[in-house]
Amino acid sequence: MTHPIPPGTRDILPDEMRELRALQGRLAAVFERFGYGEVATPTVEYDAVLARAGDVSGAPAAHRFFGGGGELLAMRADMTVPIARLVANRYAASEPPLRFFYNARAYREVRPQRGQMGEFFQAGVELVGSNAPDGTVEVIEVLSAALDEAGLGRAVIGLGDASLYRRLLEDVGVGDDARAEILELLAGRDLVGLEAAASSLDLGEAERELLTAIPRMRGGADVLERARDLGGDVTRRAVSGLAETYDGLAERGIADRVSLDLGLLRDLGYYTGAILEVYDPALGHVLGGGGRYDELMGRFGRHLPAVGFALYLERVHIAQAEEERLNEEGRR
Amino acid sequence: MSGVARPTRALREGPLRLALPRGALFESTLDRLDAVGVDTSELRSDSRSLVFESGDLMLVTMRPSDVPTYVEAGAADLGITGKDVLMEQSDRAFYELLDLGYGGCRMVLAAPAGDQHAEEHERRLGAVRIATKYPRIAERFFEDTGRRAEVIEVKGSVELAPISGLADAIVDLVDTGRTLRENGLEVREEIAPSTARLIANRVAHKLRAAEIDDLVGRLGEVS
Repeated sequence: MTHPIPPGTRDILPDEMRELRALQGRLAAVFERFGYGEVATPTVEYDAVLARAGDVSGAPAAHRFFGGGGELLAMRADMTVPIARLVANRYAASEPPLRFFYNARAYREVRPQRGQMGEFFQAGVELVGSNAPDGTVEVIEVLSAALDEAGLGRAVIGLGDASLYRRLLEDVGVGDDARAEILELLAGRDLVGLEAAASSLDLGEAERELLTAIPRMRGGADVLERARDLGGDVTRRAVSGLAETYDGLAERGIADRVSLDLGLLRDLGYYTGAILEVYDPALGHVLGGGGRYDELMGRFGRHLPAVGFALYLERVHIAQAEEERLNEEGRR
Repeated sequence: MSGVARPTRALREGPLRLALPRGALFESTLDRLDAVGVDTSELRSDSRSLVFESGDLMLVTMRPSDVPTYVEAGAADLGITGKDVLMEQSDRAFYELLDLGYGGCRMVLAAPAGDQHAEEHERRLGAVRIATKYPRIAERFFEDTGRRAEVIEVKGSVELAPISGLADAIVDLVDTGRTLRENGLEVREEIAPSTARLIANRVAHKLRAAEIDDLVGRLGEVS
């Protein structure tokens, strides 16, 4: 007789757990080396407290239930929101910057028959109280070192800017409603729909071309150059934040593994500036992501800029195993 | 972002893998590939193979509704399928890169010609019974128009449903409308137009940007 476990959950047995722990240990050592301290927060929090993060439509709590006193509790969907709460509670008077890392599980709703994980490990950092571009550059440097330590030397970090396209739409004079519609299409990665929406706007030919070309631009430093050539001052303003960050990365010698992506938009509602995604050639899914969320801490009472990333540990583990296999095959 | 996909292993080296839809879009898809210089003669033969190498592409053939599955998982870097399939699977994550223009169809709400059953059920019972192969599109359409539908998913000929009394109306993809007419059905409402689309895996779209942009450029030019 077998006893079922809920969809999206699983048991982890010793061989896998040993490797996951080893991976967590190596990542923790990297984070410690950069001055980040580990924190743990409760798996279950008050729903009303997590909801202060606002429109995080990207990651609603998977499980909500009533506590003994009838209060509504929720399981965390990520570690960023609990850490924002922790900073407000426990570091209310501390001098920033604050550096935290975590190796923790998070919980999300699963869709049926999609092989999704509703409970999964995340390893990540939060840098609180450090502005762009310096804070962003630091976090990308930590991420790059973590990927190397995990054996993913070929992994690429995609770097975009959550405000870039919004600002572009504003600057070419697209109204509120159309702007919201177009941003939603971009977040849904529907570039065909985006082009249809852009061409129905009352804009000049050059502006229309700019709006359709920018989201497809991705690659090295030349992306910024091409964008500026195409859109002049309007684009220059929109990409200025990204350009500053990229210059900082070049100074630290880590720009090579960063791929600029002018169309990158992550689903999570709280990103304000730089956004990150991690790709490895051995895997068809993103390994993790992050970015700047300069307004999130303020919603919990400490108005500090912040930036961070989270890696999906199970995916990093699979990519690691794939890279090992490829290496062995290459040697044969 | 809901649950996190537990990834399939997918090797991303070698030729770009392009998933192609067998069925109604197959011929036009091969024609378009020929037009941009991809040799498709092997696919046009009676071969039972599912995978073909052609120049710097690996062509993988499958059911149109499987294309988003393969592309999301990275088992294919790119895929071609109908917008109807993409709308039905809109919760999957992939890039929609190009409207290829061919395979034009319409997603419609159709009911028996001259028959007021659907209207009467909506008025007296508060909901219409809809048979469809596209349950999510049907549900979303009724939700978006502020109405209720009892959506019944069928796999085969959906025209049978109103004739046999399983449903009052259907939501289906129509091309010329001939099948509808032959079964005594007529279009009542237009839901959305559909054409063939090119989609890309999220990781491949970044890591193989130059190759993908090149193919997008070529495929887009002839449309």
